[in-house]
Amino acid sequence: MAKKTFSRTIDEINRKIKQGTVVVVTANEMTDIVKKKGAEKAAREIDVVTTGTFSPMCSSGAFINFGHTKPGIKASQVWLNDVPAYAGIAAVDIYIGATEPSEDDPLNRVHPGQFKYGGGHVIQDLVAGKKVELKATGYGTDCYPNREVRKKVTIEDLPYAVLLNPRNSYQNYNCAINLTSKTIYTYMGVLKPNGGNANYATSGQLSPLFNDPYYLTIGLGTRIFLGGAKGHVIGPGTQHNPHAPRGKNGVPLSGAGTLMVMGNLKEMDPRWVVGVSILGYGCSLAMGLGVPIPILNADMARYTGVSDEEIYTRIIDYGNDYPQGEAKSLGQVSYGELKSGLIRFNGQEIPTVPISSYIRALEIATTLKEWIEKGEFLLTHPQEMLPTVPPPERA
Amino acid sequence: MYSKMLSLRFPKKIVDEPIAVNLVKKFDLSFNIHKAVIYPRKEGLMVLELSGHRKNFQKGVHYLKSIGVKVESIGQDIRRNEKKCLQCGACTAVCPTGALHIKRPEMEVVFDNERCSACEWCVSACPARAMEVSFNKVLLE
Ligand code: SF4
Ligand code: SF4
Repeated sequence: MAKKTFSRTIDEINRKIKQGTVVVVTANEMTDIVKKKGAEKAAREIDVVTTGTFSPMCSSGAFINFGHTKPGIKASQVWLNDVPAYAGIAAVDIYIGATEPSEDDPLNRVHPGQFKYGGGHVIQDLVAGKKVELKATGYGTDCYPNREVRKKVTIEDLPYAVLLNPRNSYQNYNCAINLTSKTIYTYMGVLKPNGGNANYATSGQLSPLFNDPYYLTIGLGTRIFLGGAKGHVIGPGTQHNPHAPRGKNGVPLSGAGTLMVMGNLKEMDPRWVVGVSILGYGCSLAMGLGVPIPILNADMARYTGVSDEEIYTRIIDYGNDYPQGEAKSLGQVSYGELKSGLIRFNGQEIPTVPISSYIRALEIATTLKEWIEKGEFLLTHPQEMLPTVPPPERA
Repeated sequence: MYSKMLSLRFPKKIVDEPIAVNLVKKFDLSFNIHKAVIYPRKEGLMVLELSGHRKNFQKGVHYLKSIGVKVESIGQDIRRNEKKCLQCGACTAVCPTGALHIKRPEMEVVFDNERCSACEWCVSACPARAMEVSFNKVLLE
Protein backbone atom coordinates (compact mmCIF):
# COMPACT_ATOMS: atom_id res chain seq x y z
CA MET A 1 0.00 0.00 0.00
CA ALA A 2 2.85 2.37 0.84
CA LYS A 3 3.34 3.67 -2.68
CA LYS A 4 6.64 5.53 -2.83
CA THR A 5 5.75 9.20 -2.81
CA PHE A 6 7.76 11.75 -4.67
CA SER A 7 10.34 13.94 -2.97
CA ARG A 8 13.23 16.23 -3.94
CA THR A 9 15.90 18.13 -2.04
CA ILE A 10 17.04 21.74 -2.05
CA ASP A 11 20.42 20.56 -3.42
CA GLU A 12 18.67 18.93 -6.38
CA ILE A 13 16.78 22.17 -7.02
CA ASN A 14 19.99 24.22 -6.88
CA ARG A 15 21.66 21.84 -9.35
CA LYS A 16 18.77 22.41 -11.74
CA ILE A 17 19.01 26.18 -11.23
CA LYS A 18 22.71 26.05 -12.18
CA GLN A 19 21.95 23.85 -15.22
CA GLY A 20 19.16 26.18 -16.27
CA THR A 21 16.53 23.42 -16.15
CA VAL A 22 14.65 24.47 -13.04
CA VAL A 23 10.87 24.85 -13.31
CA VAL A 24 9.56 27.86 -11.38
CA VAL A 25 6.02 29.19 -11.23
CA THR A 26 4.34 31.93 -9.20
CA ALA A 27 1.90 30.99 -6.43
CA ASN A 28 -0.89 32.21 -8.74
CA GLU A 29 0.14 29.81 -11.50
CA MET A 30 0.60 26.99 -8.99
CA THR A 31 -3.00 27.33 -7.85
CA ASP A 32 -4.21 26.52 -11.36
CA ILE A 33 -1.66 23.76 -11.88
CA VAL A 34 -2.60 21.93 -8.67
CA LYS A 35 -6.29 22.33 -9.46
CA LYS A 36 -5.81 20.79 -12.92
CA LYS A 37 -3.20 18.11 -12.25
CA GLY A 38 -3.41 17.34 -8.56
CA ALA A 39 -0.69 17.82 -5.94
CA GLU A 40 1.30 14.66 -6.71
CA LYS A 41 1.71 15.41 -10.41
CA ALA A 42 2.31 19.13 -9.75
CA ALA A 43 5.09 18.22 -7.29
CA ARG A 44 6.86 16.15 -9.95
CA GLU A 45 6.68 18.97 -12.51
CA ILE A 46 7.35 22.09 -10.43
CA ASP A 47 10.56 22.72 -8.48
CA VAL A 48 9.92 26.12 -6.92
CA VAL A 49 6.90 28.35 -6.27
CA THR A 50 7.50 32.07 -5.79
CA THR A 51 5.40 34.33 -3.57
CA GLY A 52 5.23 38.06 -2.89
CA THR A 53 3.72 40.77 -0.74
CA PHE A 54 3.93 44.57 -0.82
CA SER A 55 2.39 46.40 2.09
CA PRO A 56 3.08 48.82 4.92
CA MET A 57 5.03 46.83 7.52
CA CYS A 58 5.47 48.95 10.63
CA SER A 59 7.93 46.72 12.42
CA SER A 60 10.83 47.67 10.18
CA GLY A 61 14.01 49.68 10.52
CA ALA A 62 17.69 49.89 9.73
CA PHE A 63 20.94 49.53 11.63
CA ILE A 64 23.42 52.17 10.53
CA ASN A 65 27.00 52.87 11.44
CA PHE A 66 27.80 56.40 10.36
CA GLY A 67 31.55 56.17 10.76
CA HIS A 68 33.92 57.85 13.21
CA THR A 69 34.28 61.59 12.94
CA LYS A 70 37.32 63.78 13.63
CA PRO A 71 37.44 64.42 16.54
CA GLY A 72 35.45 61.37 17.56
CA ILE A 73 31.98 61.42 19.14
CA LYS A 74 30.13 58.97 21.35
CA ALA A 75 26.70 59.86 20.02
CA SER A 76 23.97 59.73 22.61
CA GLN A 77 21.25 61.31 20.49
CA VAL A 78 21.03 61.13 16.73
CA TRP A 79 18.60 62.54 14.17
CA LEU A 80 18.35 61.80 10.46
CA ASN A 81 16.45 64.57 8.63
CA ASP A 82 15.11 65.54 12.08
CA VAL A 83 13.78 62.03 12.72
CA PRO A 84 15.21 60.65 15.98
CA ALA A 85 17.14 57.38 15.71
CA TYR A 86 17.94 55.07 18.61
CA ALA A 87 21.50 55.78 19.70
CA GLY A 88 21.74 53.65 22.83
CA ILE A 89 24.28 51.35 21.19
CA ALA A 90 27.98 51.77 20.35
CA ALA A 91 29.49 55.21 19.68
CA VAL A 92 28.38 55.68 16.07
CA ASP A 93 25.84 52.84 15.71
CA ILE A 94 22.14 53.69 15.45
CA TYR A 95 18.80 52.08 14.64
CA ILE A 96 16.26 54.10 12.70
CA GLY A 97 12.72 52.77 13.13
CA ALA A 98 10.13 53.05 10.36
CA THR A 99 7.35 54.57 12.49
CA GLU A 100 9.39 57.29 14.20
CA PRO A 101 7.91 60.67 13.18
CA SER A 102 9.93 63.86 12.65
CA GLU A 103 10.75 65.50 15.94
CA ASP A 104 8.49 68.49 15.28
CA ASP A 105 5.60 66.51 13.77
CA PRO A 106 2.25 67.82 15.04
CA LEU A 107 1.17 64.16 15.42
CA ASN A 108 -2.57 63.86 16.05
CA ARG A 109 -2.96 67.31 17.64
CA VAL A 110 -5.11 68.23 14.67
CA HIS A 111 -6.85 64.94 14.08
CA PRO A 112 -6.39 63.10 11.75
CA GLY A 113 -2.66 63.86 11.66
CA GLN A 114 -0.78 63.79 8.37
CA PHE A 115 2.54 62.26 9.53
CA LYS A 116 4.29 63.60 6.48
CA TYR A 117 7.82 62.42 7.19
CA GLY A 118 9.27 59.73 9.42
CA GLY A 119 11.76 56.91 9.73
CA GLY A 120 10.31 55.02 6.76
CA HIS A 121 10.84 58.08 4.57
CA VAL A 122 14.44 58.45 5.83
CA ILE A 123 15.11 54.83 4.89
CA GLN A 124 13.58 55.31 1.43
CA ASP A 125 15.57 58.52 0.88
CA LEU A 126 18.78 56.70 1.79
CA VAL A 127 17.97 53.81 -0.54
CA ALA A 128 17.20 56.33 -3.30
CA GLY A 129 20.69 57.80 -2.87
CA LYS A 130 19.43 61.15 -1.55
CA LYS A 131 21.38 63.30 0.88
CA VAL A 132 20.19 62.98 4.46
CA GLU A 133 21.09 65.44 7.22
CA LEU A 134 22.69 63.67 10.18
CA LYS A 135 22.88 65.36 13.53
CA ALA A 136 24.48 63.72 16.56
CA THR A 137 25.07 65.01 20.06
CA GLY A 138 27.21 63.45 22.76
CA TYR A 139 28.30 64.30 26.30
CA GLY A 140 32.01 64.00 25.52
CA THR A 141 34.45 61.43 26.88
CA ASP A 142 38.24 61.26 27.08
CA CYS A 143 38.32 59.02 24.03
CA TYR A 144 35.43 60.71 22.17
CA PRO A 145 35.52 64.43 23.07
CA ASN A 146 33.24 65.74 20.30
CA ARG A 147 29.83 66.95 21.49
CA GLU A 148 28.05 67.69 18.26
CA VAL A 149 28.29 66.52 14.68
CA ARG A 150 26.25 67.72 11.72
CA LYS A 151 26.79 66.43 8.24
CA LYS A 152 24.97 65.50 5.08
CA VAL A 153 25.33 61.85 4.23
CA THR A 154 24.25 59.57 1.43
CA ILE A 155 24.07 55.80 1.75
CA GLU A 156 27.44 55.67 -0.05
CA ASP A 157 29.06 57.57 2.81
CA LEU A 158 27.76 55.17 5.44
CA PRO A 159 30.19 52.37 6.27
CA TYR A 160 27.28 50.07 7.16
CA ALA A 161 23.52 50.19 6.49
CA VAL A 162 21.45 47.06 6.99
CA LEU A 163 17.69 46.72 7.00
CA LEU A 164 16.57 44.61 9.94
CA ASN A 165 12.83 44.27 10.24
CA PRO A 166 11.68 42.62 13.47
CA ARG A 167 8.28 41.65 12.09
CA ASN A 168 7.31 41.44 8.43
CA SER A 169 5.06 39.36 6.26
CA TYR A 170 2.26 38.58 8.69
CA GLN A 171 0.75 35.27 7.66
CA ASN A 172 -2.82 36.56 7.77
CA TYR A 173 -4.50 39.81 8.76
CA ASN A 174 -7.85 41.06 9.99
CA CYS A 175 -10.54 42.46 7.77
CA ALA A 176 -11.36 45.81 9.42
CA ILE A 177 -14.73 47.52 9.61
CA ASN A 178 -16.07 50.36 11.74
CA LEU A 179 -19.45 49.96 13.41
CA THR A 180 -19.46 53.34 15.16
CA SER A 181 -21.22 56.38 13.69
CA LYS A 182 -18.01 58.34 12.98
CA THR A 183 -15.22 57.93 10.42
CA ILE A 184 -12.07 56.52 12.02
CA TYR A 185 -8.44 56.62 10.88
CA THR A 186 -6.55 53.42 11.59
CA TYR A 187 -3.45 51.55 10.51
CA MET A 188 -5.90 49.63 8.32
CA GLY A 189 -6.76 52.87 6.51
CA VAL A 190 -9.82 55.10 6.63
CA LEU A 191 -12.93 53.30 7.88
CA LYS A 192 -16.24 54.98 7.21
CA PRO A 193 -19.04 54.78 9.81
CA ASN A 194 -21.69 52.09 10.04
CA GLY A 195 -19.67 49.50 8.16
CA GLY A 196 -19.16 51.79 5.14
CA ASN A 197 -16.13 49.87 3.92
CA ALA A 198 -14.16 46.76 4.82
CA ASN A 199 -10.37 47.06 4.55
CA TYR A 200 -8.04 44.09 4.23
CA ALA A 201 -4.31 43.43 3.84
CA THR A 202 -2.06 40.62 2.48
CA SER A 203 -1.91 39.44 -1.09
CA GLY A 204 -3.97 36.29 -0.40
CA GLN A 205 -2.84 33.25 -2.38
CA LEU A 206 0.35 35.11 -3.40
CA SER A 207 1.33 35.90 0.19
CA PRO A 208 4.46 34.05 1.41
CA LEU A 209 3.22 32.33 4.56
CA PHE A 210 -0.14 31.26 3.10
CA ASN A 211 1.91 29.03 0.82
CA ASP A 212 3.82 27.29 3.59
CA PRO A 213 1.33 27.46 6.44
CA TYR A 214 3.38 25.26 8.83
CA TYR A 215 6.74 26.87 7.93
CA LEU A 216 8.12 23.53 6.72
CA THR A 217 10.62 25.14 4.34
CA ILE A 218 11.22 28.58 5.90
CA GLY A 219 13.61 29.38 8.74
CA LEU A 220 16.80 31.14 9.77
CA GLY A 221 18.87 31.51 6.64
CA THR A 222 16.13 31.27 4.02
CA ARG A 223 17.16 33.57 1.17
CA ILE A 224 14.35 35.84 0.03
CA PHE A 225 13.49 38.87 -2.11
CA LEU A 226 13.71 41.84 0.23
CA GLY A 227 13.28 45.42 -0.92
CA GLY A 228 14.37 44.59 -4.46
CA ALA A 229 17.53 42.78 -3.37
CA LYS A 230 18.43 39.45 -1.83
CA GLY A 231 17.86 39.24 1.89
CA HIS A 232 17.35 36.57 4.49
CA VAL A 233 14.88 35.36 7.05
CA ILE A 234 16.71 35.45 10.36
CA GLY A 235 14.06 33.97 12.61
CA PRO A 236 10.47 34.22 13.76
CA GLY A 237 9.19 37.79 13.82
CA THR A 238 7.80 39.42 16.96
CA GLN A 239 4.29 38.14 17.75
CA HIS A 240 4.97 34.94 15.73
CA ASN A 241 2.28 32.57 16.97
CA PRO A 242 1.92 29.20 15.30
CA HIS A 243 -0.92 28.25 17.67
CA ALA A 244 -3.58 30.42 16.00
CA PRO A 245 -6.71 28.53 14.96
CA ARG A 246 -6.39 26.98 11.51
CA GLY A 247 -8.75 25.79 8.82
CA LYS A 248 -8.74 22.19 7.53
CA ASN A 249 -6.11 23.12 4.93
CA GLY A 250 -3.76 24.27 7.71
CA VAL A 251 -4.12 27.95 6.83
CA PRO A 252 -4.50 30.14 9.95
CA LEU A 253 -7.73 32.09 10.30
CA SER A 254 -5.94 35.03 11.94
CA GLY A 255 -2.44 36.57 12.34
CA ALA A 256 -0.22 33.55 13.25
CA GLY A 257 3.25 33.40 11.70
CA THR A 258 5.60 36.33 11.08
CA LEU A 259 9.18 36.72 9.83
CA MET A 260 12.19 38.63 11.08
CA VAL A 261 14.18 39.60 8.01
CA MET A 262 17.46 41.26 7.18
CA GLY A 263 19.18 42.55 4.06
CA ASN A 264 21.81 44.98 2.83
CA LEU A 265 20.14 48.38 2.46
CA LYS A 266 22.80 49.43 -0.03
CA GLU A 267 21.59 46.86 -2.55
CA MET A 268 17.90 47.73 -2.29
CA ASP A 269 15.62 49.62 -4.66
CA PRO A 270 13.41 52.55 -3.56
CA ARG A 271 10.54 51.03 -5.57
CA TRP A 272 10.32 48.30 -2.92
CA VAL A 273 11.24 50.26 0.22
CA VAL A 274 8.75 53.13 0.44
CA GLY A 275 8.09 55.54 3.31
CA VAL A 276 4.36 55.96 3.90
CA SER A 277 2.14 58.34 5.88
CA ILE A 278 -0.95 56.69 7.29
CA LEU A 279 -3.57 59.38 7.93
CA GLY A 280 -4.36 59.72 11.64
CA TYR A 281 -2.10 56.79 12.52
CA GLY A 282 1.55 57.47 11.79
CA CYS A 283 4.55 56.90 9.59
CA SER A 284 5.53 53.50 8.31
CA LEU A 285 7.43 51.68 5.60
CA ALA A 286 5.91 49.75 2.73
CA MET A 287 8.11 46.72 2.09
CA GLY A 288 8.29 44.39 -0.85
CA LEU A 289 9.08 40.83 0.21
CA GLY A 290 8.97 37.49 -1.59
CA VAL A 291 9.82 33.98 -0.45
CA PRO A 292 10.66 31.06 -2.76
CA ILE A 293 9.01 27.83 -1.65
CA PRO A 294 10.87 24.65 -2.68
CA ILE A 295 8.44 21.92 -3.73
CA LEU A 296 10.04 19.13 -1.73
CA ASN A 297 7.05 16.81 -1.95
CA ALA A 298 3.34 16.60 -2.73
CA ASP A 299 2.46 18.25 0.58
CA MET A 300 4.32 21.39 -0.41
CA ALA A 301 2.61 21.31 -3.81
CA ARG A 302 -0.75 21.09 -2.09
CA TYR A 303 0.09 23.94 0.30
CA THR A 304 1.31 26.23 -2.48
CA GLY A 305 -1.75 25.33 -4.55
CA VAL A 306 -4.03 27.11 -2.07
CA SER A 307 -6.49 29.57 -3.64
CA ASP A 308 -8.02 32.83 -2.42
CA GLU A 309 -11.33 31.01 -1.99
CA GLU A 310 -9.74 28.67 0.59
CA ILE A 311 -8.08 31.36 2.69
CA TYR A 312 -10.23 33.01 5.35
CA THR A 313 -9.88 35.91 7.72
CA ARG A 314 -11.96 37.40 10.51
CA ILE A 315 -14.03 40.57 10.32
CA ILE A 316 -13.11 42.80 13.26
CA ASP A 317 -14.77 46.03 14.42
CA TYR A 318 -12.01 48.64 14.68
CA GLY A 319 -14.52 51.19 15.94
CA ASN A 320 -15.57 49.57 19.21
CA ASP A 321 -13.92 46.21 19.92
CA TYR A 322 -10.34 46.50 18.64
CA PRO A 323 -9.39 49.72 20.47
CA GLN A 324 -10.60 48.14 23.73
CA GLY A 325 -8.27 45.20 23.15
CA GLU A 326 -11.29 42.98 22.70
CA ALA A 327 -11.14 42.14 19.03
CA LYS A 328 -13.70 39.45 18.37
CA SER A 329 -14.59 37.81 15.12
CA LEU A 330 -17.85 39.12 13.69
CA GLY A 331 -17.68 36.62 10.87
CA GLN A 332 -15.35 34.99 8.38
CA VAL A 333 -14.68 36.01 4.79
CA SER A 334 -12.47 34.47 2.15
CA TYR A 335 -9.89 36.41 0.19
CA GLY A 336 -11.89 35.41 -2.88
CA GLU A 337 -14.84 37.40 -1.54
CA LEU A 338 -12.63 40.29 -0.39
CA LYS A 339 -11.02 40.55 -3.81
CA SER A 340 -14.41 40.53 -5.55
CA GLY A 341 -15.01 44.07 -4.23
CA LEU A 342 -18.06 43.39 -2.06
CA ILE A 343 -18.70 41.28 1.01
CA ARG A 344 -22.00 40.53 2.72
CA PHE A 345 -22.11 41.38 6.38
CA ASN A 346 -25.25 41.29 8.53
CA GLY A 347 -27.39 41.36 5.40
CA GLN A 348 -25.58 44.50 4.19
CA GLU A 349 -23.29 44.72 1.16
CA ILE A 350 -19.98 46.34 2.08
CA PRO A 351 -17.40 47.52 -0.48
CA THR A 352 -13.93 46.16 0.22
CA VAL A 353 -10.69 48.14 0.13
CA PRO A 354 -7.24 46.55 -0.17
CA ILE A 355 -4.33 48.22 1.58
CA SER A 356 -1.68 45.82 0.21
CA SER A 357 -0.90 45.93 -3.48
CA TYR A 358 -1.87 42.77 -5.30
CA ILE A 359 -0.38 43.90 -8.60
CA ARG A 360 2.97 44.73 -7.02
CA ALA A 361 2.95 41.46 -5.04
CA LEU A 362 2.61 39.64 -8.35
CA GLU A 363 5.48 41.70 -9.75
CA ILE A 364 7.66 40.50 -6.85
CA ALA A 365 6.72 36.85 -7.33
CA THR A 366 7.43 37.21 -11.06
CA THR A 367 10.77 38.94 -10.48
CA LEU A 368 11.86 36.27 -8.04
CA LYS A 369 10.84 33.62 -10.56
CA GLU A 370 13.02 35.29 -13.21
CA TRP A 371 16.00 35.55 -10.86
CA ILE A 372 15.80 31.83 -10.15
CA GLU A 373 15.30 30.88 -13.81
CA LYS A 374 18.31 32.98 -14.81
CA GLY A 375 20.46 31.26 -12.20
CA GLU A 376 20.95 34.47 -10.22
CA PHE A 377 19.25 33.23 -7.09
CA LEU A 378 19.95 29.91 -5.37
CA LEU A 379 17.79 28.50 -2.60
CA THR A 380 19.29 28.03 0.85
CA HIS A 381 18.90 25.41 3.58
CA PRO A 382 17.35 27.01 6.65
CA GLN A 383 19.61 26.37 9.64
CA GLU A 384 16.90 26.65 12.26
CA MET A 385 13.18 26.26 11.60
CA LEU A 386 10.50 28.66 12.88
CA PRO A 387 8.42 27.52 15.87
CA THR A 388 5.42 25.65 14.50
CA VAL A 389 2.73 23.12 15.30
CA PRO A 390 2.65 19.66 13.73
CA PRO A 391 0.54 19.48 10.56
CA PRO A 392 -2.38 17.09 10.95
CA GLU A 393 -1.65 13.55 9.64
CA ARG A 394 -3.15 13.09 6.21
CA ALA A 395 -5.34 10.06 5.68
CA MET B 1 -4.50 73.13 7.69
CA TYR B 2 -6.67 74.26 4.82
CA SER B 3 -5.43 75.89 1.70
CA LYS B 4 -7.05 77.15 -1.48
CA MET B 5 -6.09 79.20 -4.49
CA LEU B 6 -8.38 82.22 -4.79
CA SER B 7 -8.85 85.01 -7.22
CA LEU B 8 -9.90 88.33 -5.68
CA ARG B 9 -11.41 91.12 -7.71
CA PHE B 10 -12.04 94.38 -6.01
CA PRO B 11 -13.38 97.80 -6.96
CA LYS B 12 -11.25 100.95 -6.77
CA LYS B 13 -12.74 102.18 -3.53
CA ILE B 14 -11.24 99.39 -1.47
CA VAL B 15 -7.90 99.06 -3.14
CA ASP B 16 -6.42 101.07 -0.30
CA GLU B 17 -7.77 98.75 2.41
CA PRO B 18 -4.98 96.84 4.22
CA ILE B 19 -6.58 93.56 3.15
CA ALA B 20 -3.45 91.47 3.47
CA VAL B 21 -2.65 92.77 6.93
CA ASN B 22 -6.18 92.07 8.10
CA LEU B 23 -6.11 88.50 6.79
CA VAL B 24 -2.95 87.82 8.73
CA LYS B 25 -3.70 89.72 11.92
CA LYS B 26 -7.43 89.25 12.34
CA PHE B 27 -7.83 85.77 10.93
CA ASP B 28 -4.43 84.18 11.48
CA LEU B 29 -4.18 83.22 7.81
CA SER B 30 -1.10 83.06 5.68
CA PHE B 31 -0.96 83.60 1.96
CA ASN B 32 1.24 83.43 -1.04
CA ILE B 33 0.53 85.98 -3.75
CA HIS B 34 0.89 84.63 -7.25
CA LYS B 35 -0.32 87.67 -9.14
CA ALA B 36 -1.42 91.18 -8.25
CA VAL B 37 -2.47 93.85 -10.69
CA ILE B 38 -4.10 97.05 -9.60
CA TYR B 39 -5.12 99.34 -12.40
CA PRO B 40 -5.76 102.96 -11.44
CA ARG B 41 -9.49 103.66 -11.68
CA LYS B 42 -10.13 100.06 -12.72
CA GLU B 43 -10.78 96.99 -10.65
CA GLY B 44 -7.85 95.21 -9.06
CA LEU B 45 -7.08 91.53 -9.40
CA MET B 46 -5.11 89.41 -7.03
CA VAL B 47 -4.47 85.66 -7.21
CA LEU B 48 -3.31 84.14 -3.97
CA GLU B 49 -3.14 80.89 -2.10
CA LEU B 50 -4.79 81.37 1.27
CA SER B 51 -3.99 78.95 4.07
CA GLY B 52 -4.95 78.44 7.70
CA HIS B 53 -7.47 76.66 9.87
CA ARG B 54 -10.64 75.89 7.96
CA LYS B 55 -12.77 78.04 10.29
CA ASN B 56 -10.42 81.02 9.97
CA PHE B 57 -10.31 80.51 6.23
CA GLN B 58 -14.10 80.75 6.06
CA LYS B 59 -14.13 83.85 8.29
CA GLY B 60 -11.44 85.44 6.15
CA VAL B 61 -13.36 84.81 2.95
CA HIS B 62 -16.49 86.17 4.63
CA TYR B 63 -14.59 89.33 5.57
CA LEU B 64 -13.36 89.80 1.99
CA LYS B 65 -16.87 89.45 0.62
CA SER B 66 -18.25 91.83 3.26
CA ILE B 67 -16.00 94.63 2.07
CA GLY B 68 -17.05 94.10 -1.53
CA VAL B 69 -14.34 91.82 -2.87
CA LYS B 70 -15.46 89.25 -5.40
CA VAL B 71 -13.93 85.94 -4.30
CA GLU B 72 -13.67 82.93 -6.59
CA SER B 73 -11.79 79.73 -6.04
CA ILE B 74 -9.63 78.67 -8.92
CA GLY B 75 -10.33 75.34 -10.47
CA GLN B 76 -8.01 72.67 -9.19
CA ASP B 77 -6.81 69.64 -10.92
CA ILE B 78 -5.98 66.38 -9.18
CA ARG B 79 -3.41 64.15 -10.75
CA ARG B 80 -1.76 60.96 -9.71
CA ASN B 81 2.00 60.76 -9.57
CA GLU B 82 2.37 57.36 -11.19
CA LYS B 83 5.92 56.99 -9.97
CA LYS B 84 4.83 57.39 -6.37
CA CYS B 85 1.63 55.32 -6.54
CA LEU B 86 2.02 51.97 -4.80
CA GLN B 87 -1.06 50.46 -6.45
CA CYS B 88 -2.41 49.58 -3.02
CA GLY B 89 -6.02 50.70 -3.22
CA ALA B 90 -6.31 52.52 0.13
CA CYS B 91 -7.61 55.64 -1.67
CA THR B 92 -10.69 53.80 -2.92
CA ALA B 93 -12.04 53.92 0.64
CA VAL B 94 -12.52 57.68 0.48
CA CYS B 95 -13.09 58.53 -3.19
CA PRO B 96 -16.77 59.50 -3.39
CA THR B 97 -17.08 59.47 -7.18
CA GLY B 98 -15.34 56.23 -8.08
CA ALA B 99 -12.65 58.18 -9.97
CA LEU B 100 -10.24 55.97 -8.03
CA HIS B 101 -11.39 52.40 -8.42
CA ILE B 102 -10.11 48.88 -8.83
CA LYS B 103 -10.12 47.11 -12.15
CA ARG B 104 -10.83 43.44 -11.68
CA PRO B 105 -9.62 40.75 -11.95
CA GLU B 106 -6.20 42.40 -12.44
CA MET B 107 -6.64 44.37 -9.16
CA GLU B 108 -5.14 47.42 -10.83
CA VAL B 109 -5.95 50.72 -9.09
CA VAL B 110 -7.19 53.05 -11.83
CA PHE B 111 -7.48 56.84 -11.66
CA ASP B 112 -10.11 58.19 -14.02
CA ASN B 113 -9.58 61.95 -14.15
CA GLU B 114 -12.95 62.47 -15.86
CA ARG B 115 -14.85 61.28 -12.81
CA CYS B 116 -12.79 63.29 -10.32
CA SER B 117 -14.61 66.07 -8.46
CA ALA B 118 -11.40 67.51 -6.99
CA CYS B 119 -12.70 66.98 -3.45
CA GLU B 120 -9.11 66.19 -2.41
CA TRP B 121 -10.06 63.45 0.06
CA CYS B 122 -7.59 61.10 -1.52
CA VAL B 123 -4.72 63.56 -1.10
CA SER B 124 -4.10 62.86 2.57
CA ALA B 125 -5.63 59.37 2.60
CA CYS B 126 -3.00 58.10 0.15
CA PRO B 127 -0.16 56.62 2.20
CA ALA B 128 2.37 57.37 -0.53
CA ARG B 129 1.05 60.93 -1.06
CA ALA B 130 0.77 60.14 -4.74
CA MET B 131 -2.36 62.23 -5.35
CA GLU B 132 -1.25 65.78 -6.12
CA VAL B 133 -3.16 69.02 -6.46
CA SER B 134 -2.22 71.33 -9.27
CA PHE B 135 -3.91 74.61 -9.99
CA ASN B 136 -5.58 75.59 -13.15
CA LYS B 137 -3.03 78.08 -14.35
CA VAL B 138 -5.25 80.03 -16.79
CA LEU B 139 -5.84 82.92 -14.38
CA LEU B 140 -2.18 83.18 -13.56
CA GLU B 141 -1.01 84.04 -17.06
S1 SF4 C 1 -3.75 55.10 -2.05
FE1 SF4 C 1 -2.18 56.25 -3.17
S2 SF4 C 1 -0.59 54.73 -3.53
FE2 SF4 C 1 -2.41 53.58 -2.99
S3 SF4 C 1 -3.39 53.14 -4.97
FE3 SF4 C 1 -4.30 55.04 -4.21
S4 SF4 C 1 -3.08 56.65 -5.18
FE4 SF4 C 1 -1.88 54.77 -5.36
S1 SF4 D 1 -10.14 64.32 -5.49
FE1 SF4 D 1 -11.97 63.32 -4.68
S2 SF4 D 1 -13.05 62.60 -6.51
FE2 SF4 D 1 -10.97 63.11 -7.19
S3 SF4 D 1 -9.88 61.14 -7.05
FE3 SF4 D 1 -9.54 62.22 -5.11
S4 SF4 D 1 -11.14 61.43 -3.74
FE4 SF4 D 1 -11.75 60.91 -5.86
